[in-house]
Amino acid sequence: MAVIIHTEEHVNLKPPTSTTGIIGWVRANLCNTWYNSLFSLLIIYILWQVMAPFINWALINANWTSSGAECHQSGGACWSIIHANIRFILFGFYPPPEQWRPLTAMIILFSLLIASRNRNWWSKNLLYTWLAGLIIMGLLMKGGLFGLTSIESDQWGGLPLTLMLSVFGLAAAYPLGVALALGRQSRLPVIKSLTVIYIEMIRGVPLISLLFMSAIIFPLFLPEGITINKILRAQVAIIMFTAAYVAEVVRGGLQAMPKGQYEAADSLGLNYFQTMRLIILPQALKIVIPPTVSVLISAFKDTSLVVIIALYDVLKTTQSTLSNPQWMGFSTEAYLFVGMIYFVCCYFMSTWSRRLEIELHTGR
Amino acid sequence: MKRSGKISVIAIIVLMLALPNLLIAGETLDSVKKKGFVTVGVNGSLFGFGQPDEKGAWKGLDVDTGRAIASAVFGDASKVKFIPLTAVQRFTALQSGEIDVLCRNATRTLSRDTAMGLNFATVNYYDGQGFMVSKKLGIKSAKELDGATICVLPGTTTEQNAADFFRSHGLKWKPVVIEQTSELAKAFFAGRCVCLTSDASQLAGTRAVSPNPDDYMILPDIISKEPLAPAVRHGDDQWRDIVDFAVLAMINAEELEITSQNVDDMLKSKNPKIQRFLGVTEGNGKSLGLDEKFAYNIIKQVGNYGEVFERNVGVNTPLGIERGLNALWTDGGLMYSPPFK
Amino acid sequence: MALKQLPASKNTSFWQDPDKRSIIYQVFTLGTVLMIGYYLFSNVQANLERQSIATGFGFLDKEAAFEIGESMINYSAADTYTKALFVGILNTLKVSFIGIILTVFLGTVIGVARLSSNWLIAKAAAIYIEVLQDIPILLQLFLWYAIFYQFFPSPHQALNPVDGVFICNRGLVFGIPESHPAHTYMLIALLIAGIGIFFLRRWAGKRQAETGKIFPLFSVSLLLVILLPLAAWFAGGAPTAMNTPELRGFNFTGGLNVSPEFTALLMGLVLYTAAFVAEIVRAGIQSVNHGQTEAAMSIGLKQGKILNLVILPQALRVIIPPLTSQLLNLTKNSSLAVAIGFPDFVAVTNTTINQTGQAIEGIAMIMAVYLIISLSTSVYMNWYNQKSKLVER
Repeated sequence: MAVIIHTEEHVNLKPPTSTTGIIGWVRANLCNTWYNSLFSLLIIYILWQVMAPFINWALINANWTSSGAECHQSGGACWSIIHANIRFILFGFYPPPEQWRPLTAMIILFSLLIASRNRNWWSKNLLYTWLAGLIIMGLLMKGGLFGLTSIESDQWGGLPLTLMLSVFGLAAAYPLGVALALGRQSRLPVIKSLTVIYIEMIRGVPLISLLFMSAIIFPLFLPEGITINKILRAQVAIIMFTAAYVAEVVRGGLQAMPKGQYEAADSLGLNYFQTMRLIILPQALKIVIPPTVSVLISAFKDTSLVVIIALYDVLKTTQSTLSNPQWMGFSTEAYLFVGMIYFVCCYFMSTWSRRLEIELHTGR
Repeated sequence: MKRSGKISVIAIIVLMLALPNLLIAGETLDSVKKKGFVTVGVNGSLFGFGQPDEKGAWKGLDVDTGRAIASAVFGDASKVKFIPLTAVQRFTALQSGEIDVLCRNATRTLSRDTAMGLNFATVNYYDGQGFMVSKKLGIKSAKELDGATICVLPGTTTEQNAADFFRSHGLKWKPVVIEQTSELAKAFFAGRCVCLTSDASQLAGTRAVSPNPDDYMILPDIISKEPLAPAVRHGDDQWRDIVDFAVLAMINAEELEITSQNVDDMLKSKNPKIQRFLGVTEGNGKSLGLDEKFAYNIIKQVGNYGEVFERNVGVNTPLGIERGLNALWTDGGLMYSPPFK
Repeated sequence: MALKQLPASKNTSFWQDPDKRSIIYQVFTLGTVLMIGYYLFSNVQANLERQSIATGFGFLDKEAAFEIGESMINYSAADTYTKALFVGILNTLKVSFIGIILTVFLGTVIGVARLSSNWLIAKAAAIYIEVLQDIPILLQLFLWYAIFYQFFPSPHQALNPVDGVFICNRGLVFGIPESHPAHTYMLIALLIAGIGIFFLRRWAGKRQAETGKIFPLFSVSLLLVILLPLAAWFAGGAPTAMNTPELRGFNFTGGLNVSPEFTALLMGLVLYTAAFVAEIVRAGIQSVNHGQTEAAMSIGLKQGKILNLVILPQALRVIIPPLTSQLLNLTKNSSLAVAIGFPDFVAVTNTTINQTGQAIEGIAMIMAVYLIISLSTSVYMNWYNQKSKLVER
């Protein structure tokens, strides 16, 4: 058999330019059919029409540090409203000399969140750090110890309030939600029906009605002379609301457990609580981590509804700024700024949840 | 479960640490003294009556009324806590004891005094509902508003008054009601409605904060009586008296021409009325269960009614409201204090 | 050694018998719940009595004495609270119903766009989904409302893109046909067409199962829906008179006026919920194994039939349950109307509470109405899930 040996130098031909590089990418991704080309052009046109004036307004013609009167003169965006009121928007009524405290608390919270993004660091220690962090945050905000002046919670406001309502809301709603989910799976009819009634009732009504209830009629439920702070009442309403959603998420995890796990636990002679604590929950809760993060995201967004019961969260402080004569009429800028804050926080959490989903292989 | 159990325990502890506001209240004065401050329900977004400034400090006529009560009880105007309330929340907040006194431009009406279980103190501002329109429309009277879209500032009597007015004149109208005062005002200035209706003082406040106040005018029609007064819970007469006389002290001081500037000199006054009023001659304080110097403290720290009025809503403020009905009775107004003796 | 079944109850102590123990647990729980309930109830009673606050639903028959901005039925301030609240419920249902239709449509479009092979379209859809999902709905409502009344001109300079259509900061105004009995006939005809299609479908399905012949259901249905009302219109005398809007005094009179509040609320709800629906639709389409498409092709089905008969039925099974919960969320979120001034049920109840001071009754009614909507939807969904459950061998 003849063996052909190429002796001449092998020439590496480049692929045709029309399939690689920018042109190739454009061809494959923007213009692979005639209607796709048309769509691409249309979108580019719309983007141009919308983005150019927007950038002009928001960046090029914008006022960054001017006074309100100067803003009214110019046609651009008036970001000075943020510049001038940033302290009130972020911290509300918290006394200005003490505002480093909520700031530190927020930094602690954010560093904890960032640390928790890394799955290699997940351990008992991280959990304890979280607990310590939450306690320190609470102490920082509240004061009254270690020479910090005590700041009553009704002076809390702005972003720390938003964050606290959602983080503490989820922290307290989670165990309650797990208990409710277990109750719903229970064989005991009374417990099962009570939890079902609770979960379905809460999920059936809008959060705003629960907030109304906490703000307006809950005080009438207490005996004469006892009152509970408005923020705490709203917090309880958010916890009750979130718990019902956590319960449904956890129930999903419980239902995903194969029956064999229960039978294996039974055969080892474990009782109900041991089975749940040692066998079922550790697995079920792991499955539901990504949807739990989604619940956290919606809890975070839902805290904005406290505006309607006049709690000064970050949205309300912004609105309050807008009723100042000097800054009236710049609502678009102010709302865009707050929207950015919410977006950054939620985006951070949702990318995290998506990555977890891939890492934990629970997505289908 | 172990983990979440621990988390929950700690979370609850933290929560308790952070927000331990279980207040046990008995009689209002005792409980106020025990906790060390007066809790006052205020509007929160009404310029001139109750609104925080950019530093978060509370400003306004109603706010100063709250401060006067604190001065009367503690001799310290800063021992007061303001709770912003929406129109719906305000009365239940009072009924449930969340606040000790409500200074939130609330109109005294029969049903509120009875069916809602409230007691109103002396009126600190006489108001009436009016209409604000753009000057460009060239309207002279509210009766020309047939077919108009009207922004209604949230407030319990406002919607009803407007409905009554248009019904009695056989006019058609369309309300736009928004709970958020600032949102509604913005909607009006952007031209969402032809007309904005609310208490005349609120209209002045809203007009003052508009981008171009000169483009708007308040129509002469006043369609209702709105005596705005601080409110307390039904059934605690002592507390009601304290709130009542804290307001009256400011009015009386103006009548006696005592101001925050000259109050120290006035202590030496030979006028027995002034001596009794400022507690040089003792007796008034004891009857109320307060310090003898309560009126002195109010005037010294907050000022008399005229000062408070001018500072918050008067002609030199953006609101620019004339005294009108709120002048002293000696000047043709309705502000009248019984003798302090 | 033979094992004998021991009679359980004899040798186990009371505490170790699971049956008895479970009864004790349950009695204990129920007792606690009832006690808490009774405690709260008695507190309320005592508080209301002590402060002599009015109670009961007696106020429902009284004159409401407030106006409502938009109403689908005739309403005036002289009507009762009951009627005012009913107007509120109708407004809630109206915004939810229109919102649901638009959301499903927009969500599907964006969900499909997310999977587009066109990079630009897919990215635009992805950005839309991410941004709109991550901003609270209340903030979006404020933003839309602010933009709406700041961006559009006053009625006197109203934009007039098409004859008879005006856009201004008082809303969108357009002409509608002058009311005429023929319109009622058309509605009846449409209803008849709907019923006809329902029976036609059953018949066509049965025939296909028996004979294998396929009936052109879609085109026939379309014809029915168009032709029957058209025939009714001609039968009614073919009225063409239009009720066109006209600027008179302060506002447009005549025509149909869609208020800015309604538009802002609808826009906010639809844009926000559509982002979630898009994700659901994408997940649903991706959940159908590609092998299904290939199998359908190999048995010679045409492209349209593959989508209709193979992909959609399977994708829908994945899509429908989360979709329902999103649409319920939309309905519940419509309660935020109170923040931007659309008179939905919550807003009307709020005014009622304002005037009567009876907060407990008011909030109880809000909860009851939403619960009824949610629960009836879940009952229907459970039935649907049962019906469409995958029948496995």
